[in-house]
Amino acid sequence: MAVAPIQIEEPRKTYKNERPFPFCPGCGHTLILNHLDKALTKLQIDPTQTVIVSDIGCVGLSDQYFTTNAFHGLHGRSITYATGIKLANPDLNVIVFIGDGGTGIGGAHLINAARRNVGLTVLVFNNFNFGMTGGEHSVTTPHGAITATTRHGNPEWPLDICATAGVNGAGYVYRGTSFDKDLPDRMAEAIQYDGFALLDIWELCTAYFVPNNDFGRKEMLGLVDTLGLETGLLHHRQVRDYAHRMRELAVDLAGKPTLPLKPIEVKYPNNVAGKFHLVLAGSAGAKVRSAAKLAGYAGVMSGLWVTQRDDYPTTVKTGHSISEIIFSPEEIRYTGVSRPEALALISEDGLKKSGRYLANMTGDDILFTIPQFADVPTKARKIILDPKAAGVRITRTNLALLLMAAALRELNLFPIAALEEAVRRFQTRFADQNLPVIAASEHLISNS
Amino acid sequence: MAKEYIDGATAIARGALAAGCDFFAGYPITPATPILLHMLNELPKVGGVGIEAEDEISAIGMCIGAAMTGVRPMTATSGPGISLYSENIGLAIMGETPLVIVNVMRMGPATGGATTPAQGDVQFVRWGTSGGYPVIALAPSSVAECYTLTMRAFDLAERFRTPVFILVDKEMNYAMATVDIDEYVDAPVGQRPLVPQHRPRPAAVDGVRVNAVTGKPDPRLRPEETYLPYDFDPVDAVQPTSPFGGPHITRFTTSSHDEHGFLTKDADKVRRLNDHLRLKILNHRREMAFGVSDVQEEADALFISYGTTARAMREAVDRSREAGRPVSGLTLHTLWPVPEAMILDAVAGHQRIIVAELNHGQYIREIERLVYRDAAQRRILPPEIIGLDRADGELITPEQFLEVVNG
Repeated sequence: MAVAPIQIEEPRKTYKNERPFPFCPGCGHTLILNHLDKALTKLQIDPTQTVIVSDIGCVGLSDQYFTTNAFHGLHGRSITYATGIKLANPDLNVIVFIGDGGTGIGGAHLINAARRNVGLTVLVFNNFNFGMTGGEHSVTTPHGAITATTRHGNPEWPLDICATAGVNGAGYVYRGTSFDKDLPDRMAEAIQYDGFALLDIWELCTAYFVPNNDFGRKEMLGLVDTLGLETGLLHHRQVRDYAHRMRELAVDLAGKPTLPLKPIEVKYPNNVAGKFHLVLAGSAGAKVRSAAKLAGYAGVMSGLWVTQRDDYPTTVKTGHSISEIIFSPEEIRYTGVSRPEALALISEDGLKKSGRYLANMTGDDILFTIPQFADVPTKARKIILDPKAAGVRITRTNLALLLMAAALRELNLFPIAALEEAVRRFQTRFADQNLPVIAASEHLISNS
Repeated sequence: MAKEYIDGATAIARGALAAGCDFFAGYPITPATPILLHMLNELPKVGGVGIEAEDEISAIGMCIGAAMTGVRPMTATSGPGISLYSENIGLAIMGETPLVIVNVMRMGPATGGATTPAQGDVQFVRWGTSGGYPVIALAPSSVAECYTLTMRAFDLAERFRTPVFILVDKEMNYAMATVDIDEYVDAPVGQRPLVPQHRPRPAAVDGVRVNAVTGKPDPRLRPEETYLPYDFDPVDAVQPTSPFGGPHITRFTTSSHDEHGFLTKDADKVRRLNDHLRLKILNHRREMAFGVSDVQEEADALFISYGTTARAMREAVDRSREAGRPVSGLTLHTLWPVPEAMILDAVAGHQRIIVAELNHGQYIREIERLVYRDAAQRRILPPEIIGLDRADGELITPEQFLEVVNG
C-alpha cells in the first residue's frame, strides 16, 4: 500500500474571517477578540475541532467573525450548550463567550461547570453593564455606579466571578483587563488546560458605562484596587476534564447488556374467567407495591394478563399506598378499578382511601382485613385474618405480603406456588424472609 | 408467546437505546424520573453519556449542544419542566436540532399533582415556545407502543432535524402491564442528512470553491466554508448538516439567519427561513401520521382519544359491540402535526364524534377546526362533536364512554 504524502498546510496567520467587527469605537470586545485570534494562531488550532459558543448581548455577535465552528445560543445558557458539546465529543476545543449579563442570568450553570470541571474555556467579557439593551446594571456593576437602571447610583455590590468559580473548584481562573499584553498567552494556556478555565476580562463599554461614569482605562485599573481584588492567574490546579473523566469511569461498563428482556414463562394454571380486580390498601413504606408486584408476576406465570396501578402521595414513607391489580385471561385495556372483587385492607392510611371501594363492593366480593378493621361497614363478605396467629413474626413491612398471600389462597386465582416462585425469582434477596410469610398465610386462612 | 411484566418507562428507555440514543440529560421530576434513572444507568454501557443536570434549562441546553456533535439526545420531564424548557424548545426548532423530549404529563396547573395522571399539556407542547412554529408529538397508549413510538420519535427527530415530543402520563410511565414480547415492534430509524464526511477538495474551479453538498462550484461559498448549512432548496427540504468535529465548519444560531448561518434582517431571507421551519414539518405530515382507526360501517358514533384515555376507549368499544351496539374508535398516536387525513377518513359517515381526554378539552379544538372546515368546504352538515373531559386526577372510565354513546 502506497503511503500518502503528508500534506503540509501553510501556517494560519489568522482565525478571523474578513468581516470587520461590528462594535462601537473603543469597545473592549474588539481588543479581546483580537487577543483570542492571536492565541488561536499561536496554537495553530484546527478550526474544525474548535467550537465557539456565544451567549447573548453584544458578545453574542462575536462568533460570526471567526473561521471555526460556531454556536450562538440563548441568554445565559452558553455554558449548558458548551457542556453538552464537550460531553458528547471530549476532544473538541470549546470556547465560551459570555458577558457579565450572561454570567448573572446563567450563574447556576457557571458554578456547576466549575464544580464539575468541564473542560471549557470561558471568556467573560465583563464591561459592568448590559451594552446591547441600553446600559442597564449587571451583577458586576460597581456599587454606586450610574447605569440606566441605577440612575441614583447602584445600591448593590458586584459579584466576584473569579472567587465564585474558584471556590467551587474551577481549575484555572484568571482576572485581567482587555489591555493586558499577556492575554493571548493566558488564553492559549486556558484553551490547552484540561479542566474548567475561566478568564474574567474587564473592559470598557464606550456606549454606556464609560460616558455615564467618566470611566476610562485608568479608572478601570483603579477599580481593581478599590474593590480589593487580585488580578492575574488566581487558580491553576491539576484537574481532569469532566467529559474525559466520565468516559474513563464508564470503561468497565462497556458492552454490558442494557435493560434486557425478562420473559416470563407460563408454568401454572389459572381459574380466572373474566377481569378480576384486587386492591391492596395500606401505608407507604410498608411494601404494598412490592407485594402487589409479586402477585402480578405470579399472575403472568399463570398465563394471565395483569396490570398494576399504584396511588400514593408525593412523600415516600408516609401516607397511603394503594395498588390496584387486575387479572384477566385477555389483554387489559382500562387499568382503573372502581369495584374490586377483593380488597385487602391493612392499615388506617389504606382505609382512608378505600371508601369508594367499600361502598361499591357487594355481597359477592370479599374484604380481607385484620381484626382492627373488623367493623368497617361494607356489604362485602369479610375475612378477618389475625397476624398474631401467623406463627412467624409479622412486621409493618411484611403484613402486606401476608394478606396478599392469604387472599390469593382463598381466592384461588392460581396456585400459591406461583407466588412463591415470583418471590424466588424477582425478589431473590428477600426470599428467605418472604417465603415463610407466604407459608404462614395458609395457617391464617384455615383459622379465619 | 412469551410475556413480560413491565412499565412504560422501561419500554421508553429501551426504545431510545434501540434507536441509537447516546446522550441523555435530565433533571429529577415526578413522574418522569424513572426514565432519567434508566438512561443514566444504561448509557455508559453503550458508550453514551447520561447526566443529571443542575436544572431543566441546562438539561435541554446540554442536549441541544450535544446534538450538534452528531449524537442522538433525549431528555424527559413533566409539565413544570416543559415550562423551563420552553425557550430552548424554540432554540431546537430554530437550530434544526434532532431532539426527543419525553413529557410525562401530570395534573396542573403549576405543581398540581405530581403523582396524578393528566393529559393537560397537549396544546402546551404545540404552542409552548415563541413564534408558533410546528413541532411533532407522539402519544403511545400501551407499554409496547411506548417502545415503538420512542423509536419513531428518534426517526422523525433525525430525519426532520426537529424536536419531537413523546406525550405519556403518570399511568403510562408507572403502571405495570403484561406485554406480549412479540408486540415490541422495531421501527426503522433514519439519520439526519449529512454533508459527505470527508475533507472536501480544496481545489477551486476558476477560483470558485466546490460545494461539498452539490459537488458543484459555488460562488457563494466563503473562504472558510465547504457547504451552506441553511441553503433551503426546495424550501421544505431538510438540509444536510455536518456535526461539530467533522471535516466541515458549521454555524448554529438562535437568531434569524441567512444561508451561511449569519444573522440577518433581510426580509426575503428571513421569510425563506421561517417558511422552511414550518413547511418541512407541515408538508410532510402524512409521513408522521400514526394511529389505529377501528371504524365500523354501521356505527353512528366515533370515539377519538389518545394515550391512557384511549385504553378505556378501546374497552368501551369492545363492550359496546358485545352489547350489540356498533361504535367506532380512533386511537391517535400522532397528535402534532394533526393527522388531518386520518381523522377526516375516520370521521366520515358518523353522526356523533366523541373526543375523550384528561383535560378540559384541548385536542377537541383540532377536531372541531378540521371537521367544521371540511363540512363547510363540502357544503354538508357537520357531525355533532362532543367532548368527554375529566380533570380531577381520576381516569376517564369505559362506563363514561358508554354513557355518552348510549345517551
